[in-house]
Amino acid sequence: MRLPITAWTSITHRASGVFIFVGMAVLIWALDASLKSPESFAALQTSLDSALCKFVIWAVVSGLIYHSVAGVKHLVMDMGIGETMEGGVLGSRIVIASSVVFILLAGIWIW
Amino acid sequence: MVTAVTSMGRSGLYDWLMQRISAVVLLAYFVFVGLVLLGGVDYASWKSLYSQTWMRIFSLMALLSLGVHAWVGIWGVLTDYLTERLMGKTGNVLRFVFQMACGLTMFTYLVWGIQILWGY
Ligand code: HEM
Repeated sequence: MRLPITAWTSITHRASGVFIFVGMAVLIWALDASLKSPESFAALQTSLDSALCKFVIWAVVSGLIYHSVAGVKHLVMDMGIGETMEGGVLGSRIVIASSVVFILLAGIWIW
Repeated sequence: MVTAVTSMGRSGLYDWLMQRISAVVLLAYFVFVGLVLLGGVDYASWKSLYSQTWMRIFSLMALLSLGVHAWVGIWGVLTDYLTERLMGKTGNVLRFVFQMACGLTMFTYLVWGIQILWGY
């Protein structure tokens, strides 16, 4: 599909929102395990060594990062900043670029 | 003005504002927890952070915000795609079912979260 860049950032914001709503279950599960007891904390650390577990956490964190960065763009635009066509395109570029950077950093940190 | 029974505050402007407020709370919470984790934690330090009253208040605020934010957010998505215009009466039924499923999930997150915060 050929859509303007602003449409892509918008639909991705929506998709990521639905995705992290489900993904919150994973994070709450991790919080649960991390606080229950020293043993479950250690067990969580062990399971976080597995590639699958790392990938799932990274996916949720990535969704959260993208949604947050695009969300901040929403808030900025709600304040009346960048509400032009050029502003929207530039905003979208900034959102994509900074999300990629943050998501990569998150990946490096998790692995 | 159209008031929809399943929207959060029965008014678009109210929902819009709640969406923004909850977004800011969630953002603050995730950035804070992210920074703490980046700093490195062990069980003792992590546990003592979460036994502080202010941290529990902050966490509960984030959980409630998640509930509000997701209700409004999912409502927006459902009322765009699962509609009477797109799929007839089934749309209304499906939309309601999904909204309830979302509500149930949020409620589960909330109670689960409270249990984690005060139970251990
Ligand atoms: C914690 C989990 C979160 C979940 C499950 C979530 C979920 C959602 C969903 C489903 C939507 C509706 C998307 C749409 O209608 O296109 C939405 C919208 C929004 N989210 Fe989030 N979100 C979360 C965190 C955040 C954070 C941290 C921010 C930070 C700024 C944020 C900012 C926004 C904004 C500004 C909107 C409104 C967009 C609009 O008016 O179209 N959200 N969110």
